[in-house]
Amino acid sequence: MRLMLALSALVLLLFVGSLTVGPAGFGGLSALWGGDGPMPLIMHEIRLPRALLGLMIGLSLGLSGAAMQGYLRNPLAEPGLIGVSSTAALGAVLAIHTGLAGAWMLGLPLAALAGAVIGVGLILLLAGPRGGSLTLILAGIALSAMAAALTSLVLNLAPNPWAANEIIFWMMGSLADRSMTHVWLALPLMVVGWLLLATTGRGLDALTLGEDTAAAMGIDMRRLRLVLVFGTACVIGAGVAVAGSIGFVGLVVPHLLRPLVQARPSHLLWASALGGAAMVLAADIAVRIMLPDGDLKLGVLTALVGAPLFLHLIYKTRRGLA
Amino acid sequence: MLGVALVFAGAAAMADTGADTPKRVVSINLCTDQLALMLADKGQLISVTKMSQDPRSSAMAEAANTVPANASRAEEVFAMNPDLVLAGAYSSYATVQMLQRLGVRVEVFKAASSMAEIRSGITRMGAVLGQQDRATEMLADFDAELARLSDAPAHRPRAALYFANGYTTGEATLTGQIVQAAGFANISSEQGFAAGGFLPLEKLALTNPDVVITGQPYRGASRAEAVMHHPVIERLKSRATVAAITDRDWVCGTPFVLRAVAEMRDLRLSMEPAK
Repeated sequence: MRLMLALSALVLLLFVGSLTVGPAGFGGLSALWGGDGPMPLIMHEIRLPRALLGLMIGLSLGLSGAAMQGYLRNPLAEPGLIGVSSTAALGAVLAIHTGLAGAWMLGLPLAALAGAVIGVGLILLLAGPRGGSLTLILAGIALSAMAAALTSLVLNLAPNPWAANEIIFWMMGSLADRSMTHVWLALPLMVVGWLLLATTGRGLDALTLGEDTAAAMGIDMRRLRLVLVFGTACVIGAGVAVAGSIGFVGLVVPHLLRPLVQARPSHLLWASALGGAAMVLAADIAVRIMLPDGDLKLGVLTALVGAPLFLHLIYKTRRGLA
Repeated sequence: MLGVALVFAGAAAMADTGADTPKRVVSINLCTDQLALMLADKGQLISVTKMSQDPRSSAMAEAANTVPANASRAEEVFAMNPDLVLAGAYSSYATVQMLQRLGVRVEVFKAASSMAEIRSGITRMGAVLGQQDRATEMLADFDAELARLSDAPAHRPRAALYFANGYTTGEATLTGQIVQAAGFANISSEQGFAAGGFLPLEKLALTNPDVVITGQPYRGASRAEAVMHHPVIERLKSRATVAAITDRDWVCGTPFVLRAVAEMRDLRLSMEPAK
C-alpha cells in the first residue's frame, strides 16, 4: 500500500515535471486551462500529449514486462528484447507505407497490433511454456533481427526520400512532436490491453507454484496464455505505433521492484506499471534537458540504463543458460 | 604574393580549358546537370543524372530527357568514355576518387549558398565547358533580373521556413537568400540559425510568423513530413499566409532561383494591401 502511494506520487510528480520542460521554457501550468497566445498552444498541443503518451507507454511497458516475466518465470523476458516491439514496428511501417494508415485512422495501431500478436505468438511458441532463458534470448535475437531487417527494407524501398531516415525512430523510439491525435489513436487499444493484463494476476501467482499446481487450483493455462498474448500485443502494438520501440523499460522496472512486493507477480503487475510510467516520464524529461533543441531518442537513454542490467542478469542466470 | 600566384595559376587553367574544349561531358550531380544543360553545346553533354529528369526535383526535366541518364556510379560513367565529369560537392567521394584514379578529369562544383556563389558557379561552368560567351550572357541576364526583383520593401513580413523533420534554413543558405531577396525577414535568423538547423516545434509556436513556408511533400508517406501537419503548424497557418515551395527552383544555384525569388516576391506583394 505504501509502495503504491509512493510510486503514484512519483508518477504524478514526473508527469507535472514533463509538462514544465521544453525548449520554449516554462510559462506556468495555468496555460493548460485555456487562454490565448502561444503558451497555451504549446501546453495543449505539444506538452500535454507528450506527457500523456509517456505515462501511457510507460504503464504499458512496465505492465507487459512484469506479465511476461511472470508467465515465463524468467527475468529476461521483455517486449523489446524478445522482438515483440520490432515486429510491431514492422506492422506499423507496413501500414504507413502501403497507405493503409493514411486511408483508415485505425489502420496504423491495428497493423502494429497484428505485428505484435505475431511476435508474441512466435516467442511463446519457440520458448515453450517454461520459457528457458537460452531459447528465449536466441529466439528474441532472431526475431528482432528479422523484423528490423524487413522494416529497413520497407523504408528503403519507399518512394519518399525521407522514409529511410526513419529507421532510427522505429528502433529507438521518441515522443517528440506528437499530438493529441496520437493519444487518441493509442488509448483505446491500450485500455483493452491493460484490462486483459490486469486479469492475469491470480493466474501468475498460482503459476509460481508450478504448472500442475496452478492447473489443480483451477487456472486455465490456455486461457491465461491467450490473454497474455493479446494483452501484451495490444499495449505494445499501440505504443510502438505512435512512439516507436522503447526498449529495456519492461526489464529494468520489474527487476527493481520485485523485492519490494515480495516477488508476488500479481503485486508486481501494478507496481511495474507505475514504475514503468515513472521511468519513461523521467527518461523523456532527461532527453529534453540533455539535448533541448534536438531529438535524442528515448531508447538511447533506456538502453544505457537497461543494457548493463541485462548483462548483469545474464551473468546471474548463466548457470541456467549452460 | 601567394594571391598573385593563385591568380596566375587560375588564368593559366582557364586558358587551358579554353584551348581544349571538352567534347564528351558527363554530369553526375543534379545541379551541375542543369547548369551544363543551359551552357553546353548540343552534343557536348552526353549524360545527366536520372534525378534531373524528374520534374519534382529538376527545373530542366524536359531538356534532361533528351540526354541519356546515369545513376552517378563510377563504373557506368567511365564506360561512357568522358573527357570531363562534372560533380557536386555532395557527390560520393569514392566515385570522384575512382574516376580521378582512372585518369578522368573531374570538376567538382560546390553547392551555391548565395547569389554571389551562383554567379561564380555560372562563370566556372562556362570556363570548364569552353562556353565563356554563353556564361557571360547568362550572368548579364541574371544580374538584370535580380536587380529588377530586389526592390527594397517598406516592410519585411516575418517568414517561418519549416521543412520535413522540423528543419529550418537561415540566411547562410540558398533558401534563406531567396526568401531574403524576395523581401522577407527570416524567423530562423531571430532564433539564431545562420545556416540550417532543427527548430523545435515549441520554439516555432512562440514566434507567431506572418508567413509559413513549408516544402511540398514527396509522393508516399513519411513521418518526417507528417510533422508539417502537426496541430501547432495548422494553427500557425490559420493565422498566417501559407506557401508551399517546390524544391526544383530552390535547391540548385542556377538562374531558376530567380523564379523562386519572383514567386516569393509576388506572395509578399499580395500580402501588402491587407496590411
